[in-house]
Amino acid sequence: MATLTQSEETYIRLYGPKPAYEPAGGWNNAEPDKLVKTHCCFCGVQCGIQLKVKDNKVIGFEPWEEFPVNQGKLCPKGVKRYLQNDHPDRLVAPLIRTSEGFTATNWYEAMTETVKGIRSVQDKYGRDAFAFLGGASMTNEKAYLNGKFARIALQTANIDYNGRLCMVAAGSANRMAFGVDRAANPWSDIPLAKVIILSGTNLGECFPILTDYVWRARDAGAKIIVIDPRITPIARTADLFLPVRPGRDSALANGILHVMIERGWTDEKFIAEHTNDFDKVRELVKKYTPEFTEKITGVPAKSIIAAAEMWGPAETSMLLHARGIEHHTKGTENVLTYINLVLATGRIGRPGCGYGTITGQGNGQGGREHGQRCNQLPGGRDISKPEHREFIAEFWGVPEPELPKQGLTACEIIDAIERGEIKGLLSISFNPLVSIPDSERTRKALEKLEFFACIDFFLSETARYADVVFAGSLQEEDEGTVTTGEGRCVRLRNSVTPAGDARVDWWIICELARRLGKEKWFPYSKSEEIFTELAAASRGGPIDYSGMTYEKIEANMGIFWPCPAPDHPGTPRLFEGGKFHHPDGRAKFHAYEYRRPAEDVDSEFPIFFTTGRVVSQYLSGTQTRRIGGLVDQYPEPLCEMHPLLAEKLGIKDRDIVKVTTRRGEITVPAQVVKSIRPDTVFIPYHWPGKKAANRVTIRALDPISKIPEFKVCACRVEKVTDSFVQPKSQANPLTIR
Amino acid sequence: MSGALNGNEFFLDPSRCIGCQACVQACGECGTHRGQPMIHLEYVHRSTGVQTAPVVCMHCEDPTCARVCPADAIKQDDHGVVHSAAKPRCVACSNCVIACPFGVPKMKVELDLMMKCDMCYDRTSVGKKPMCATVCPSGALYYGPRNYIEKYRCEQPLNEFQFGRQTVRTKVNMMVSPELKALPFEVLDFLPWEGKDFDPFELTRTGAPDAASGAIWDDLPVSSNAASTPCATHCTCHEPTSV
Repeated sequence: MATLTQSEETYIRLYGPKPAYEPAGGWNNAEPDKLVKTHCCFCGVQCGIQLKVKDNKVIGFEPWEEFPVNQGKLCPKGVKRYLQNDHPDRLVAPLIRTSEGFTATNWYEAMTETVKGIRSVQDKYGRDAFAFLGGASMTNEKAYLNGKFARIALQTANIDYNGRLCMVAAGSANRMAFGVDRAANPWSDIPLAKVIILSGTNLGECFPILTDYVWRARDAGAKIIVIDPRITPIARTADLFLPVRPGRDSALANGILHVMIERGWTDEKFIAEHTNDFDKVRELVKKYTPEFTEKITGVPAKSIIAAAEMWGPAETSMLLHARGIEHHTKGTENVLTYINLVLATGRIGRPGCGYGTITGQGNGQGGREHGQRCNQLPGGRDISKPEHREFIAEFWGVPEPELPKQGLTACEIIDAIERGEIKGLLSISFNPLVSIPDSERTRKALEKLEFFACIDFFLSETARYADVVFAGSLQEEDEGTVTTGEGRCVRLRNSVTPAGDARVDWWIICELARRLGKEKWFPYSKSEEIFTELAAASRGGPIDYSGMTYEKIEANMGIFWPCPAPDHPGTPRLFEGGKFHHPDGRAKFHAYEYRRPAEDVDSEFPIFFTTGRVVSQYLSGTQTRRIGGLVDQYPEPLCEMHPLLAEKLGIKDRDIVKVTTRRGEITVPAQVVKSIRPDTVFIPYHWPGKKAANRVTIRALDPISKIPEFKVCACRVEKVTDSFVQPKSQANPLTIR
Repeated sequence: MSGALNGNEFFLDPSRCIGCQACVQACGECGTHRGQPMIHLEYVHRSTGVQTAPVVCMHCEDPTCARVCPADAIKQDDHGVVHSAAKPRCVACSNCVIACPFGVPKMKVELDLMMKCDMCYDRTSVGKKPMCATVCPSGALYYGPRNYIEKYRCEQPLNEFQFGRQTVRTKVNMMVSPELKALPFEVLDFLPWEGKDFDPFELTRTGAPDAASGAIWDDLPVSSNAASTPCATHCTCHEPTSV
């Protein structure tokens, strides 16, 4: 049983997280040996950056202004990302579990132990009792390899990835509406739009680089509509702000469409020629009058009308959304109702006209394309479709019946571990203890595993439960590609070799496959060979990379898929000429009635709880909680609440408050601000243990995409003690006293 | 003096600032800054809103900080860039800190030295942009030709400020909007009835619209997937292709 054997303090002392800083007094102008043009290791923009390398260590960065997407711009995470390299917490050798924590071991021992663990679980409980969890921060090469490894070496159906916690609702909605899962436009279309809707996206903090794109549009006269329960930095300067009540997004989109139809702001010709099922939507939204919609959403009727008045007749427009509408038990439905707003106007597939989901993870797009999802095979193929199965079975040289069927999704895998159905787990770049809702249940599940191995470069909170930890590679230690939020496949370059006795991740996977007797399927000597294979495997599939090579990607600073032939330039903008990817070439409207979240407020738990990110932290914080400057910028989670609510609860700024839901409680300082709805509190989720917002979130899943409902549940809030810190003066510092 | 570095100028637009601190983090990375960020970025007043204000040295034509320095430690170079105090001369008296009308210089006690933004002269003097203005993701800090600003920005640059009887002309431009309007920051202003009498517990009252009681919206289906009963793995209620 995988219970912890050491105290929290001991794990932190030995493995971190400990914040790393630049040397005192700066880098002393050390001349680097080389500047490596690569990309940031964090979000889905994948900003171009040049890493300064000296003596096989990354010692800083230099902006890469020639890379067209960010032109040298970076957020604070990108600026300090280099400090993850040469970090005191870095795992430099495989670890093996002992009765007193971990001991460093050699690769032979770690592999032998893992093969033994896998065999023991699978012989006793069946192949599917051993699961694989991957991640969307990894390269396309690794995403492909993870899928192949699980299906051929482990022969388990149960492989999924942490992208399941992120944007899968958008992915399924995109496939249902357009027949393909990719942002429809390159970001260069944003500044050409005359109206932009940003729905459920804290763009300024989670995707800072796109701020400039949005404001270039505004400079050219565009109107910006922001829809969010909080006034985020990008909302501050919006032309129209709709403070939607958590969990009501599909109603709001239906309400806006109601006004558009009433005023005749639909493109009937486009609808007739290029879409299906608009009649069902037209019928459905009849009852979503502004007044009806106001009552559900908490957004004033006049603002709903104003949004329709801006969006409806616009000449060009872009609709962008993120987790705010996706992290719901109706995440897919929310996205589809928003897509209706785009399709009804016909403004898609043209310069300045389109749609996109803002991908949160580094390879959020590519990570969901090449087969590390439980329902997917390479090339975006469907594991349940006979012709797709046959293509990949033949490509890999395995009999089709031996290819596992669709397995469980990420949260369901944790559920199945908890139920005792899955007994073994191999996890890479995934920290479910922090990132999956209802974290106490995740902890109990981990404790039940009979065998657990992790591949990671730092010992995450989850990895503490492992029997074997393989010291894997940082992004800058390997070659590969990632596909950004706009569908642009870009090239990552290795800057340094893995620290100590750590190895590149793909070598670890391949070696494990070899030890499992599947060597012939994993003959790679470098990442490029994996890429060549994944590109070939994607030929003719829904997601076609077959015309891409490393050389071509580098020469063009990225290639947009589909790129089906060597002489094909790639496809920055999808759906030109109203051609969609469903077999009939049409897009599909979806009529979804608003329905309530899985857990709504009531007299016992009267306040909405919602969660999200801050600009200086990334996902479960495994990397960013180890970078000093980023830790100092936002050291611990705070509970944002409106003064109106705070007053009713007798809470002052920085008082210590307890937030309780049906799952558990979290105790943090309050941050009393007028920028959040008074019926809602917000806590960011990047921290573990007692500071984990996911102690209180609900593990309720969208039935279509299986994304969890991070963005809404019901809580109560009470004061625990007065503030420990002297509150900063509440007087406006600009007021002269 | 308003002549620029290779025709480039610095433009500061707090209205665009998203408070991300990329500038602060990057400033400390600049080769000559000894690991110290010299740009200041603060919330104007976080309780009331998310507006933040980045402060760089305005590089005055006739710098007050230099004029009040008893040790003649603050120098202005041929480009008009006003530098940090020279380490051999600075007596750490903080006259400059008190005198600067923009609140820019800071006394670094641990170094016994006044340090301030020097427009990354090590970078700008060799044709690069200052670190902060290179990385700024929102365009709040912009370094480049004036004609770009004039062509693409709706705000206008201003570089003359009045402090009492003192007129201060600066090398750095502050962007101001010709159509100044109060930017909204209070969420109540955007709620129905401008939030008047807004009850945060409204939905928990019996008979409230869209509440758990469902009183008014009985025709709306309740979520079919409460926490305890998620769809089966291979559920038949949805197309398998759509996972």
